[in-house]
Amino acid sequence: MELWIEWIIKAFVLAFLILTGFAYLTLYERRALARIQTRIGPNRAGPQGLLQPIADAVKLIFKEEFTPALADKVLFVLAPIMTVVPAIIIAAVIPLGTQFTLPFIDHPITLYIADINVGVLYLAAIASIAVYGIVLAGWSSNNKYAMLGGMRSAAQMISYELALGLCFVIAIMLGNSMSLLDIVNAQKNVWFVVVQPVGALIFLITTLAEVNRAPFDMPEAEQELTAGYHTEYSGMKFALFFMAEYSKMIVVSMIAATLYFGGFREFWFLQGTILSVDHFWWLGPIYLFLKVVVLLFLMIWVRATWPRIRYDRLMAFGWKVLLPLSLALVFFTALGILLVQQFGAIYLWFIPISSIAAGLIAVLLVNLSLRRKVARA
Amino acid sequence: MSEYQLQEVPVGPYKHLVSERAISGETMLLNMGPQHPSTHGVLRLLLELDGEVIINCIPDFGFLHTGIEKNMEAKTYQKAEVMSDRLDYMNNMGNNLAYVMAIEKLVDLDVPPRAQALRVILTELQRIASHLVWLGTAGLDLAAMSVFLYCFRERELILDIFEMVSGQRMMVTYFRPGGVWRDVPVEFESAVRNFIKIFPKRIDEYEALLTKNPLWLDRMVGIGKLDAATALQHGVTGPMLRASGVNWDLRKVRPYCGYEQYDFNIPTETKGDTYARYIVRVQELRESLKIVEQALNKLPMGPVRSDNRKFVPPPRSEIGTSMESLIHHFKLWTEGFPAPKASVYSAVESPRGELGVYLEGDGGPKPYRVHWRTPSFDNLSVLSKIVKGHLVADLIAILASVDIVLGDIDR
Repeated sequence: MELWIEWIIKAFVLAFLILTGFAYLTLYERRALARIQTRIGPNRAGPQGLLQPIADAVKLIFKEEFTPALADKVLFVLAPIMTVVPAIIIAAVIPLGTQFTLPFIDHPITLYIADINVGVLYLAAIASIAVYGIVLAGWSSNNKYAMLGGMRSAAQMISYELALGLCFVIAIMLGNSMSLLDIVNAQKNVWFVVVQPVGALIFLITTLAEVNRAPFDMPEAEQELTAGYHTEYSGMKFALFFMAEYSKMIVVSMIAATLYFGGFREFWFLQGTILSVDHFWWLGPIYLFLKVVVLLFLMIWVRATWPRIRYDRLMAFGWKVLLPLSLALVFFTALGILLVQQFGAIYLWFIPISSIAAGLIAVLLVNLSLRRKVARA
Repeated sequence: MSEYQLQEVPVGPYKHLVSERAISGETMLLNMGPQHPSTHGVLRLLLELDGEVIINCIPDFGFLHTGIEKNMEAKTYQKAEVMSDRLDYMNNMGNNLAYVMAIEKLVDLDVPPRAQALRVILTELQRIASHLVWLGTAGLDLAAMSVFLYCFRERELILDIFEMVSGQRMMVTYFRPGGVWRDVPVEFESAVRNFIKIFPKRIDEYEALLTKNPLWLDRMVGIGKLDAATALQHGVTGPMLRASGVNWDLRKVRPYCGYEQYDFNIPTETKGDTYARYIVRVQELRESLKIVEQALNKLPMGPVRSDNRKFVPPPRSEIGTSMESLIHHFKLWTEGFPAPKASVYSAVESPRGELGVYLEGDGGPKPYRVHWRTPSFDNLSVLSKIVKGHLVADLIAILASVDIVLGDIDR
């Protein structure tokens, strides 16, 4: 009985955190973009614009919800739900911290909803479901732009998900477990980004595609497809898509932090000090929050700086560059782990050195092919 | 299902333009615009798509038709000038210049050297402002959104200068037959010098963001290739023509306003793709700045308007003391000046290409016919040729590189 209530409370708290986080992420993005672009950004509603997300939400709630006459009504309503639900439930397996004991009743509370032993598989599975929402939204709207957006989304997914999956594999191999808690605890001494920097980079690139962020925001490319798959959506249904995109940004940043940047663990040099997670349990969520804020800023920064890639080029990039490179990384990681087992811990450095070399070769090849293309044109 | 019936796309009127496959429904007809974020105004493109590959592109315009040419016939020569601002709203000074040069040619009016130099400075600043809007929106079309705001930051400086000299930021009507409206204020020189000082660094900033950016190269290189022969056939002018390897710039080949005294280059590229157009325009920013600097250094003192009172209204100070001036003022602003029964064509190099005015006088104070030869119109005519076989995403890049202004097309 007691356990049952604990889970429900934790689920509510997590959903609440992500939804509030989503609202304030929009403000964070707008303010950060504005700062990069020599603007001010929203600062009218409340101090520093802190009430802006509420104003936006109120506006969207009261907007007319328009359904195209010839839309497939069931799928049209279902699509935003199918997009937003995975974006939130995916966070269930991400550990936010260690655990603490409730006073008076001596009941340990863990800072995650579920530590399932195939946590990484769960992530990969749930992350892939969201694309159905987008494809169905594009199809059910009965709008040609939305249709093109949905098509692009499907094309995009098949090209980046393999590389993303292989980056999961690298983290699994390094952590020697599929449970995210184990993976985080394996990074106690050294973060996986140090061991496998190129894998972390590929992971960050593919997550940009995963959440349809610039420069991979082809499904909703405003300048090409007006709004892509959500062209016909308005009011709260549109807000759901918006919510899904931004919640997913938070969640994939949490996943990236968990798999490669030490999760809720402190910086390795703080180990054993008073700032360690082992010392105070509440430091865990704070460290994770800081890491997520930094990773989110990277996403915003990329959006502010880079032009959008063309969707056939993304597919080429996914299949011809990211997939072979991440396969090579998986190979080097496996080889490195074998060397460590056979000859000693110093051989761990084989992994970063060989993978950085592979990454540099890949960059060189891409550069060469681009140069050939420029010369040929 | 409901009371609505599926409306088939009426292919009928376009039957001769699209392929057989569109009529059988094998390919998709997509109506891009007139309400679309990247058609730069209210251009409509009827696209025939095979997946995302463009098989056919039919530009359709007229949604912004203002009747400016016809309206100008109903106004006296000097009053019609305000309409020229509204044609190509990114090149107000250049439109003014083309129009007043046509009047000056028609009635044989001299322009003092200070006015000529001011015209050069201001039209070159306008060219920079126009190219900045182009660069910004082209970047935005490819989702490089920060460049847009950086470009508009510098454009503000130019618009401030325009406001300083004419009182208006966009619809300036500053050049008048026989000179300019009135002399520039004393702060003008320091404002332009300030701009000259900071702008080269800002161009470097844009180039740092775009020129060597692999994604930018990937989107621009080899896209929308236009060869010189096709360009000439379609009457393409301006940076688009120069990007295709034809070194043709009216400022060099038929100098006006004393362009022959300034030392500047005409940037030319040979590849004719969108990237070449980008490079040409960015280099033109630097060349225009060179012209502005030289013209400002040489800026002579003296009157800024011709003193031919038959065509140029007298200054306010004279009206109070001279009977003749009062009569001239009254006549010029009520009746206007008569122009001979003749026709002239005068052209300037606008940021988009050859901007020409054909004026026909019938002896009265109003033009009998005004025709604008606008570069956007002719440049757009090649669009359907150069987008074939590209993707929808490339269409956006190509359309951006053509640099159309819809006010310039529908006039």
